Order: sequence, then structure tokens, then C-alpha cells
Amino acid sequence: MKPLMTCSAAALALALGANAAAAEGELVIYHWFEYIPQALLDQFSEETGIKVTMDTYDSNEAMLASLKAGGIGTYDVAVPGDYMVKIMAGEGLLDTMAEGELANKGNIAPEWADPGFDPGRQSSIPYQWGSTSFSVNRDVFDGDIQTTDILFNPPAELSGKINMLDSQGEVLAMAAIHMGIEQCSTDRDKLKALNAMLQDAKAHWASFNSDTAKEVLVSGDAAVGQIYDGFSAKARIEGANVEYAFPVQGYIAWMDNVVLLKDAPNRDSAIKFMDFLLEPENIAAVSNYAQYNAGVSGVADHLDPELAKQPEKNPHDKAGPAMFIEVCDEATQAVYDQIWTNLKK
Amino acid sequence: MAAGAASGGSATTDTYKDTRTWLLMPAWVTLSILVLAPVLMMLVYSFLTKEFRGGVIWDFSLDAYDQFFFDRGLFGDDPPRIEWTYVTIFWRSIWQAGVATLFSLLIGFPTAYFIATRPANLRPVWVFLITIPYWVNLLIRTVSMKFLLRDQGPLNDALIGIGLIDSPLHIVNTNLAVQLGLFYSYLPFMVLPIYAAVERYNFALSEAAADLYASKWVTLRRVLLPSVRPGVVAGCILVFVPSMGSFLAPDLLGGARNFMIGSLIEEQFKGNAGNWPFGAAASMILLSLVLIILMLSARQQARADKGGG
Repeated sequence: MKPLMTCSAAALALALGANAAAAEGELVIYHWFEYIPQALLDQFSEETGIKVTMDTYDSNEAMLASLKAGGIGTYDVAVPGDYMVKIMAGEGLLDTMAEGELANKGNIAPEWADPGFDPGRQSSIPYQWGSTSFSVNRDVFDGDIQTTDILFNPPAELSGKINMLDSQGEVLAMAAIHMGIEQCSTDRDKLKALNAMLQDAKAHWASFNSDTAKEVLVSGDAAVGQIYDGFSAKARIEGANVEYAFPVQGYIAWMDNVVLLKDAPNRDSAIKFMDFLLEPENIAAVSNYAQYNAGVSGVADHLDPELAKQPEKNPHDKAGPAMFIEVCDEATQAVYDQIWTNLKK
Repeated sequence: MAAGAASGGSATTDTYKDTRTWLLMPAWVTLSILVLAPVLMMLVYSFLTKEFRGGVIWDFSLDAYDQFFFDRGLFGDDPPRIEWTYVTIFWRSIWQAGVATLFSLLIGFPTAYFIATRPANLRPVWVFLITIPYWVNLLIRTVSMKFLLRDQGPLNDALIGIGLIDSPLHIVNTNLAVQLGLFYSYLPFMVLPIYAAVERYNFALSEAAADLYASKWVTLRRVLLPSVRPGVVAGCILVFVPSMGSFLAPDLLGGARNFMIGSLIEEQFKGNAGNWPFGAAASMILLSLVLIILMLSARQQARADKGGG
């Protein structure tokens, strides 16, 4: 719904604006839904004269599928999450940038300059980072929520009122954290236990939905929702009495990145766009809109002061570790696919 | 309907005898490119080897069909047993689509009959009214349906307001919600063919039946229904078939807790599984099921026409 509307609105805006912008070049972006403010894209077009077209997707996997099914050569840049950058590089879907090609590469915050999923930032720049955990409606439940039991073994008040993300990676990673199992484990007993635990937990879940993860919390359809930190902040700002949990067992960390795609039809525009997003004031506009964190030095001055104080951005002392989703090998992934099918059959 | 089209067609055959092949060319080309080629591609893909994370390797393999019919356990090395998972998913979809078709028939038939019995100049207005909601995108209509049915939605408010129930009915995220969603999505496909059939029905036959002391029920069952049967069959097929492959209503209204055929196939291409051959195989099995249903109904139709004609 929203992604489609944003998408067609963007298309309409482009169609109307097409004549106004001098044809200095084009840029085709493949992006998550409801993430980048249209004003920022307009500003980029204004500054560079480059006409921007954007398509959106609702999961890393959907993006990968579309690129592999023929999208390569159509899009210039995409915005995959951490583990997906590694997968895409392995699949040969990324182009690399020579040293010095990106004028603003030095702006990348040191802690994000050499991540495991793209050593040396050869193909990507940091976009936004945050966490995935869950939020609880405090009108419904006022007990302790800092435990993954809320999702997998909930108190009676919350049973049957839980929305999970409809995404294998996030659900199974959270389940592994709940059971203290390392991700991509090949230990058969642990995997059997994980499978059995999920079967039991499902009885407590009302729905699987990623697109409407925020809406179900705001509308009250769900009392607990697995959700990204920024989405939870938006739900709170939109009036839902929800609290974002940092469970003691741990939670998921993620970073989205802008990558240069292989065979990008407008490679020069793509480089300009990446340089544009490495300017602190520009990437801050995304953070202010999406309520996540940027990975660029000097961004703090341009951020909405409220953002840093948000409870969704400040884990408490007892919060468990934040863990990135890992990339499993083919044989292990087959078992996780089977567990997911068992869960949803 | 099919019979009517065929007999009507024979009259025009001679008129276009020489140019027929050429006139049909655009339709044939379009159909081959947009229907035949994708289906053939799907058939080929279903017999290829899966590539990790989506895509195919061009080696012949029956793995996709094996996965559909045989269960080899969580780790894929148990001795094969019969796999019920996907049969269950297919059965669930058939059941949901069947109930939705039944709802549509129960509401659609009287509606069509009502429209067909209005004065001829008013009928187009009624047909027009039926189509109005369908100018809005299916996605938006499905989301709106969710808003209507939710625990704090207008339906529950109204029912509580008039004192029928004390606490809200949980409809969203149940099978009933999916059935209602499918019913609402495809209702016009039931109404329109039945309307077309009833409009052509000779009401003098009903009068004759009444004159011969047939009750209203008997007239409906033995005179009206057999005459408009092609329309009813067409309506049922037009509702049942898209319902079976639908994934919007199951995802949004059913909460996506359980796979339907549509979402199972979607998961193979867009989801984590990235198993294109299996998605193609599941699509081929779905297609075969639909073809069998269509062939059975066509055969029955032919038999009925022979008997009746």
C-alpha cells in the first residue's frame, strides 16, 4: 500500500518534473519503501541536474531476486542490509570503486569504514544503521519486557496479539538469540530444539507482516510487534503507547548500505549520488526522516536533537549484545529454509 | 455461454473465411508471447537444478517435484516419506477458494437475477453500480476490508452497538477473513456471467412451469438453473481459479500465518528460500489442477448441451 503509493507518487512527480530538469543524466535507484525523503531526491536533482527514478522493495531477499531475474543493468544503486551486501558481492552483483573515485569517502565514520561485509568499503557506503527487536503496547502489558520470552513464550495477556516480521532472517535470528544458539549452527540437536520451540511459539502469534509492522501497533491490532527501532519510534510518535525492548538475551543489529551495482547504466550519476549521501547534512535528512542513525562523521550537528534522546536509540545497562545476521553456507541454509517452511505450513 | 458463443460464431465464420487467419494473428502472437512462452519457461525451470539464493543451473533435475511429494526430514537425509506439507497447503487454498466461491454464488446469483429482471433500460445502471468499487486498486480494497473487520472496527462497533455481542469478534487473521476478502475481491466475476445468462433466459418458461403447477422452488431448480447453468459454471470458475492463487487476501487478512499456494510460490522467488525450480514446479502443479477442473467442467458442459439440445 504505502510503498506502492510512494512509488507512483514519485513516478508522477518525475513525469511532471522531467521537462523542468535539464537532461544532465539519469539515476535509477532501487530502494526500501518509506525510507528516503522525496525532498532529498529533489534536492539532488536540483544540485546536479540528474533525473532520479526510484523503485522500491520490501525485503532484502525480494531485491536480490529481482536483480537476479534481470534487474541488473537497469538500476545504478541499491540499498541492501549488511549480510545482503556480502551475498551480493559473492553473487557478483556489485561493481567496485577505485580509490579516489568517491570524493567524500573520508567522511565515512571510522567505525563503519571497514566492515566485515565489505572490507575497505570497495562497493558500498554506509546509509543508515539501527536495531531490530520488538515493541510492546504498555496499555496492554506493564510487566518486564526486556526478555525475548515476550515473543517466544509470552505472558497470557500478550498471547495471540503478536505480529512477527514476515522475514526468515529476522525471525530465525531472534529465535536463535532467544535460545542462546549461535547463528548458522549445524548442531542437529540445537536445530531440532529451535524447530520445536518455533512450533510452540507460533501458537501465540497473530500474524506475520513486515509492511504493516508499524501500522498494526498504531491501530492496536497487535500488542507486541517485532520491529525496527526507527519504525517503533514512528509508531510512538504517531500516538501508540509502545515501548521498544532491548532484551537481556540480545537483539539484532543491522546496517543498510548504498551499493554500486554491476553494469550500472549511469555509473557517474551513481558515484555523484553516493558522494551526495556522504555529505553530513544530506544523510542527516534521511536519519531525521527514517529515525535511524547515520554512519558519517560530523552528522551530529545536522540531526534533530530529539533523535539522540529517543528511547529506541539508547539501550539500557542490562541489554544483551547487538548481533548482525550471519550468512550461512548452502547446506546450513537448506535446514533453516526447512524450519521456516515447517513454521508456516 | 460457451454454447451460445459457439453457435453465434458459426454464422460469422463464412463472412471472414479468407481473412480469418490474418485477423486472428495479433491475438495469437500476443497469447504466445504473454501466455505460452512464460508457461513453457516455467515448465522448463521446474525440471532444472536450483541455484543457491535464486536462479537455476541448466542441469536436468527432478529435485523440485521430489521436494513436493517426498519428506526427507529436517536435514534432508531421512528415508523418504510422503510429504503432506505442500498437499496441506494446496488443500487449504482449495478450501478457502471453495468457500469464497460458495459465498459469491449465494450472493451473486440473486443479485444477477435481480439485475436481469429490472426494466431493460435500468440494467446497465445496475451493472455499472456493481463495477464501481472495482475501480479502486485491489490492494487498497483489501486493506479497507481489514479496517472494517478489525476488533475495534465499524463492524464490531455496530454489532456491539445493537447489542448482538458483548466483546468484539476476532475476524482479522482468521480463515473467515480470508474467505470474506476473496469473496469481496471476486464477486463481480460471479455476478456478470450469471447476469448475462439470466438476461437471455426466456421467462415464459418459468410462467409455463407455474401454469403446470410447479412450485417456485421446483421452477428455480428444474427450469431456471439448467438454462443459466453455463453462466453459473463460468462464474464459479472465474471466482475459484484466481482465489486459489491469490496471496493478497491471505497475507493481509489472514495474517500470513500459514502459506497458501500463492504465498508459497512467492516465497520461492521473493523470499529467503530462493528456490526457483520448486516455485516453478508448484506453479505447474497448480496449473495442472486448474486445467483438470476446467476440462472436467467443459466436458460436463458438452454432455449437458448434448442432452439438452
